[in-house]
Amino acid sequence: MAKTNVDNYLDNETRNIYNTKSNNEVLDIKYGLTEDIIRQISKEKNEPDWVLDIRLKALKLFYELSDPDWGPDISYLDINKIATYVKSIDKEKRTWEEVPDEIKDVFDKLGIPESEKEALAGSGAQFDSSTVYHNLTEDLKKSGVIYTSFDEALREYPELVKEYFTKAVPIMDHKYIALHYALFSGGSFVYIPKDTELDRPLQSYFRLNAKGAGQFEHTLIIVDENSKLQFIEGCSAPGYNELNLHAGCVELFVKKNAFLRFSTIENWSKNMLNLNTKKCFVEENGKIEWIMGSFGSKVSMLYPLSVLNGPYASCEFTNISFAGKGQNLDTGLKIIHNAPHTTSVVDSKSISKDGGICTFRSNVLVKPNASKSKLSISCESLMLDSESRSDTIPVDTIQCDDVEFAHEATVGKISDEAIYYLETRGMSELEAKSLIVRGFAEPIAKAFPVEYAVEMNRLIELELEGTIG
Amino acid sequence: MSLLSIKNIHTIAEDDHNKKILKGLDLEINPGEIHVIMGPNGSGKSTLANTIFSSPRYIKTEGNIYFEGEDITEESTDKIAKKGIFMSFQTPEEIPGVTLANYLKSVKTSIDGKKPSIYEFIPQVENTMKELDMKEEYIKREFNVGFSGGEKKKNEILQMLLINPKLAILDETDSGLDVDAIKTVVKGINMYKNDNNAVLIITHSTKILKGLNVDKVHILVDGKIVKTGDYSLALEIDENGYKDYIK
Ligand SMILES: Nc1ncnc2c1ncn2[C@@H]1O[C@H](COP(=O)(O)OP(=O)(O)OP(=O)(O)O)[C@@H](O)[C@H]1O
Ligand SMILES: [Mg+2]
Repeated sequence: MAKTNVDNYLDNETRNIYNTKSNNEVLDIKYGLTEDIIRQISKEKNEPDWVLDIRLKALKLFYELSDPDWGPDISYLDINKIATYVKSIDKEKRTWEEVPDEIKDVFDKLGIPESEKEALAGSGAQFDSSTVYHNLTEDLKKSGVIYTSFDEALREYPELVKEYFTKAVPIMDHKYIALHYALFSGGSFVYIPKDTELDRPLQSYFRLNAKGAGQFEHTLIIVDENSKLQFIEGCSAPGYNELNLHAGCVELFVKKNAFLRFSTIENWSKNMLNLNTKKCFVEENGKIEWIMGSFGSKVSMLYPLSVLNGPYASCEFTNISFAGKGQNLDTGLKIIHNAPHTTSVVDSKSISKDGGICTFRSNVLVKPNASKSKLSISCESLMLDSESRSDTIPVDTIQCDDVEFAHEATVGKISDEAIYYLETRGMSELEAKSLIVRGFAEPIAKAFPVEYAVEMNRLIELELEGTIG
Repeated sequence: MSLLSIKNIHTIAEDDHNKKILKGLDLEINPGEIHVIMGPNGSGKSTLANTIFSSPRYIKTEGNIYFEGEDITEESTDKIAKKGIFMSFQTPEEIPGVTLANYLKSVKTSIDGKKPSIYEFIPQVENTMKELDMKEEYIKREFNVGFSGGEKKKNEILQMLLINPKLAILDETDSGLDVDAIKTVVKGINMYKNDNNAVLIITHSTKILKGLNVDKVHILVDGKIVKTGDYSLALEIDENGYKDYIK
């Protein structure tokens, strides 16, 4: 095939980037989920007792709670076959140079974080269960900004962590959040003090490397009053035949007049079960912006919740998901309007092909006290063939009369006429589809930071070719 | 050697195999020529254009199509475009989310097999748009989205000029255009035309033909060319309609 029309076309070499497997030495690996394992993990991390207590409670809950009775079937998950703890590094590093070469190689190939150094205020990297690196510019450290691995935060700022940890996402929320709290390891902790604006984003990258492993990172971000933060989260894994599991958790707190843009690009291999939980509390006149690109995984279940707790709090949710062959992406969002004059804007697009399934569940609740609130929800799906499925499932509960509410959902199939038109302009079917899909995704791509928009287009390209493992 | 040579082509509709559309059509176009096809609604003019392009909506049951001596009867649509045939659509498509600039870059890349130099290509696009009386800011708009019928047609001519094919088929590019826009299209065709390339114009009106050097006019009725003549044949049809040619 001739080099394509698409600007960010990938050659064979770059296509394999995501499949890079490292032969790094694993220092410790544990399978399954028992009290013994949990006590060992906690001990190795030198955790305070209250954290171990949470882990043990969560463990009990995991075995008590049952799988959700809706959504994709995940009953085949056997936790005893999952490597629940994979330690790949003895101690978190301060400089990138200190990171072992085998691990550094993987991140270097992914373009992280070297290529983006200039554009970032700080960056972190996690490899399986271990945080390998965290770094923040000196001036930000001086101004009281905290950006560390979650493990380090537990050691260095126990009081601050204790005040917020499990407060957005309680341990009994659902079975897989219980699993998360039993096993959590790594993740990022961010605290932005009052009246502080970061002009460049922070970025954490999570790489799941080991075969059959689980990743359970916990990310906790607090943006204090009148402050601003952009946080970028990237996730990826190479392809294996064994099932991998991701059960991460993100807890976000946006205080009065604060702003947080939380961008995620997930690119999982097709053997990944992605059961992720994210929640954000927003106070008066604060704003959360979720920007999400979900690619890969066998099954994803992810429904970020925003709770607008103060007057004039707002939420913007921009999402794109792409389901190819054998994939079931069950995603969506929840928003609770819990104060007057709160606003939410949702713009979601999903693409399915080769029998892939995209389900988008939007669940909004406007409480009786949320008068003068505004909601605008738009969900669009594009099916690239007739075997694929796309559903949008809206559940709108409006308990207040005085709200402006618009909900629009469209499901469409890619137009054969448009493909033919582009073919008469010399494009192959694949190139034609790719241009149409990129146009469909463009409004979402625009919301991402530039490098990530490029990455997103590249992922769309790979998905269309069906070359992601 | 003729540029395009169609021998006894027969087609049926893909979604209705009993629907015979082209019923043994022959056509020869040489480099340097301008041909015109006229015919009643539903006689098969658009089908002919799409048949040349191997549209998946039609099945060729008999006959052959040659381009520069090469049999392209079974060739795929994109390859045919790459060989140097272009078609201006009767109803052009819209591509939401893709700017005109990006669209044109993509098209140019596909046709040439390599990315155009931005420093040469963008000024070329801008100049051509100016020649065609197209507003400069349209380059940033989504391709054909919200364009008026006439603007879409000019967009087709713009593509023809940028691709610079060996054969341009214009399917009712003049329909629905105002007087000035028709003049612009004629100007575009004359800018494109040289001794080595050819144009096949499908039209219902002689207005577009006035400013052109027409070599041949064909009357297509019920899937066949029933008469071929010079420019005067077009004027005769304009005057008397098709009644003499319909059995
Ligand atoms: N995909 C199809 N399935 C069934 N019939 C078709 C199909 N495409 C075209 N036809 C029929 O074939 C005949 C020729 O259609 P075509 O569009 O080629 O006509 P035309 O000469 O271009 O007409 P007009 O002047 O109105 O543009 C018409 O009767 C039309 O209904
Ligand atoms: Mg027609």
